[in-house]
Amino acid sequence: MNLAAMDMIDWVIFLAKPVLICVIMLQVVPIMVWVERRGSALIQNRLGPNRIGPLGLLQSLADAIKMMTKEDFIPGHVMGFYYQLAPVLCVVPAFMTFAVIPFAGNLVMDGRTIHFQAADLNVGVLYILSITSLAVYGIIMAGWASNNKYALLGSLRSSAQMISYELTMGLALVGIIMTFSSVQLADIVAGQSQTLIQLGPIAIPKLGIFVQPIGFFLFTTAVFAETNRLPFDLPEGESEIVAGYHLEYSSMKFGLFMMGEYISMAVGSALISTLYFGGFQMLPGMGWLHGQIVQAAALPQLQADLLRVGFEIASFTAKTGFWLWTFVWVRWTIPRFRYDQLMDLGWKFMLPVALLNIFATGFFIYKGWI
Amino acid sequence: METRAEKITESLGLGNSQHYNITHDPDDIWDDSRVIINIGPTHPAMHGALRMVAKLNGETIEKSYCMFGYTHRAKEKLGENRTYHQFVVYTDRLNYCSALNNNVTYAMAVERLMGIQVPDRTVWLRMICCELARVIDHFICLGINAVDLGAFSFFLYGFHQREEAYTLIEKLCGARLTTSYTRIGGMMHDAPEGWEKEVKAWVARTRKVIQEMDELLTTNKIWRQRTVGVAVFDKEDCMKYSFSGPNARAAGIDHDLRRDQPNMFYKDVEFDVPIAKNGDVFDRYLVRIEEVKQSLNIIAQCCDKMKKGPIWTEDKRVRIPDKDVVHNTMEGLIHHFKFFMTGFDVPEGEAYTVNEGANGEVGFYIVSKGAPRAHRMRIRGPSVWHFQGLTPMVEGEKIGDMVAALGSINIIAGELDR
Repeated sequence: MNLAAMDMIDWVIFLAKPVLICVIMLQVVPIMVWVERRGSALIQNRLGPNRIGPLGLLQSLADAIKMMTKEDFIPGHVMGFYYQLAPVLCVVPAFMTFAVIPFAGNLVMDGRTIHFQAADLNVGVLYILSITSLAVYGIIMAGWASNNKYALLGSLRSSAQMISYELTMGLALVGIIMTFSSVQLADIVAGQSQTLIQLGPIAIPKLGIFVQPIGFFLFTTAVFAETNRLPFDLPEGESEIVAGYHLEYSSMKFGLFMMGEYISMAVGSALISTLYFGGFQMLPGMGWLHGQIVQAAALPQLQADLLRVGFEIASFTAKTGFWLWTFVWVRWTIPRFRYDQLMDLGWKFMLPVALLNIFATGFFIYKGWI
Repeated sequence: METRAEKITESLGLGNSQHYNITHDPDDIWDDSRVIINIGPTHPAMHGALRMVAKLNGETIEKSYCMFGYTHRAKEKLGENRTYHQFVVYTDRLNYCSALNNNVTYAMAVERLMGIQVPDRTVWLRMICCELARVIDHFICLGINAVDLGAFSFFLYGFHQREEAYTLIEKLCGARLTTSYTRIGGMMHDAPEGWEKEVKAWVARTRKVIQEMDELLTTNKIWRQRTVGVAVFDKEDCMKYSFSGPNARAAGIDHDLRRDQPNMFYKDVEFDVPIAKNGDVFDRYLVRIEEVKQSLNIIAQCCDKMKKGPIWTEDKRVRIPDKDVVHNTMEGLIHHFKFFMTGFDVPEGEAYTVNEGANGEVGFYIVSKGAPRAHRMRIRGPSVWHFQGLTPMVEGEKIGDMVAALGSINIIAGELDR
């Protein structure tokens, strides 16, 4: 991007996108906290919080106020600087990952092309892998700076787990990169709009899940591990090591860890949707609906495009929302692994399968089947 | 320059380097420089105030020792200072998850010393109480074990039924947790009208829930990975550590006091005693699941067989005078006063009365010298033996397994410390 050639409007768009994404991501946290509480209640035959606001929706607000107004207590035995830094290091990478995820198709307005993506980096997927690796520093730092054995155990578990599963995650992504011949997420999404098989009137799109089913399972599992959610929530396994790395944190510092977890969940869900479910490609039926509306109202090109962007954002949100719900669903359904079993699963099962998947993908591409 | 860590150790009075001397004593857990963590007495996995000090190598527990006594209330000594009637309330606080069971066992112990026979209805009612308590206790054990391994929903499914059972118990005696329902020679109240029907409806609902719980976890792959072959305590170990109840049956010891030394009317009801082989966490879980089902069967049979009738023995020594007699006659008032102030004398003798509690053998050993207070009272709580088995059970296992093992043997601090 040539910064010198940008005029005022370009600058506004350029700056508005990251701000918009940050604001949206911050909104995800209270909503997800609410979904988690009500969702777990639904699964467990309970009611869940239903007193504050309609359906208990304002419960998260009350929680946020509680978090912020609590005493910002720092135990005497911690290493001050790193202790303060760790929660920030946990949250920031989670936000940064979202920068490269496209949430709608391009919009041409007044001869300007607007990318609905904070940064259309040419390294795309590689950027995601590098940024998600950063999150582990925050956790290690928290465990070490807390000067507490349980916290240290938690952060050790976490670092081992994240490093192991990042390998699988990366290798699972290689399959996608090979299939769509690009590391840019926008290209991957565009690639998924192609037709894989034509079954009479129904065109099966070339979605990531159809061309990379094994990669999809590996990636999803790795995302669960990366976000420290059940069944991989060993770093904070409350019954074993109390709360793991955030044991010594309270008030908003603890809140930042929680935010980090939910934001990385949202990013993980967005990635799964983007890489394997066509990202912002419209849900089945939406394309037809869009065509009908445009035709019926005889909309000009710009308005039709705006409507399309709206539909695409809605599709993307729906897909991401489904995967976010899956995170909640899984958490309240299955037990957690043991530390060594987790390592075994990562290194002895998922890594070899991910490698085999790459070879299989290569073979399929060589044969021209996908 | 002094480091922060040095400052801390100094402030704790540990600054002296001789404190860190390595003695190479194999029995000294504090020897050498491995990480030692203190699990408990306030730790989310410790059910009650229990403490384990574990020496870790990575995540593996190399050596450990357990401590208890944080909730010691001198129950047995209190038994020598309270009348037999007054002691009923203390039995609630032994295994508070199955308080009714302790109530019943204690009442039976005193009745045995006095040679009192209670009416049939009381016996059936007590059997229902025992089995209700067993179901409640097993629901807690299964649920908490699952919570410790991360399966929270499983726990709440059981807990819902447990709350309903407590509502049934509340209808009996007005209390939910600390019931104090039995009296020497009878019960506090008769069951209210239609109570048996409600119990049977509850049994039908609970059968479905336990089936659902069974299906949810028994075949779950992660659950099996976490429990099969974990914290194995085989037959010999169980014998050595005097295990009883479901924990012993999970290791293949075919022993159930309800069948082998039937008290009350246990020989008149049909039930199976589930046995497993391996004595690991998974087998303890399976045995408990099956025992809940069997207990539900027993409750249903008891409800059918329970007939209307008196609930108090005719023995004047122990029978609490009726309220209208107390309020309207002088003799009744005197009787009432004497009963609650001085208590009744229990003939000289000693007896050990056991009952199959939810966790194992619950026993009361009472020595009487003919006074209204016991001369010696000794209570056998199965958790004492089970807790001592925890150290050998978790040696060489991971921390996560320790949590699973502790949950599976169902240590109740009230019964452990007494």
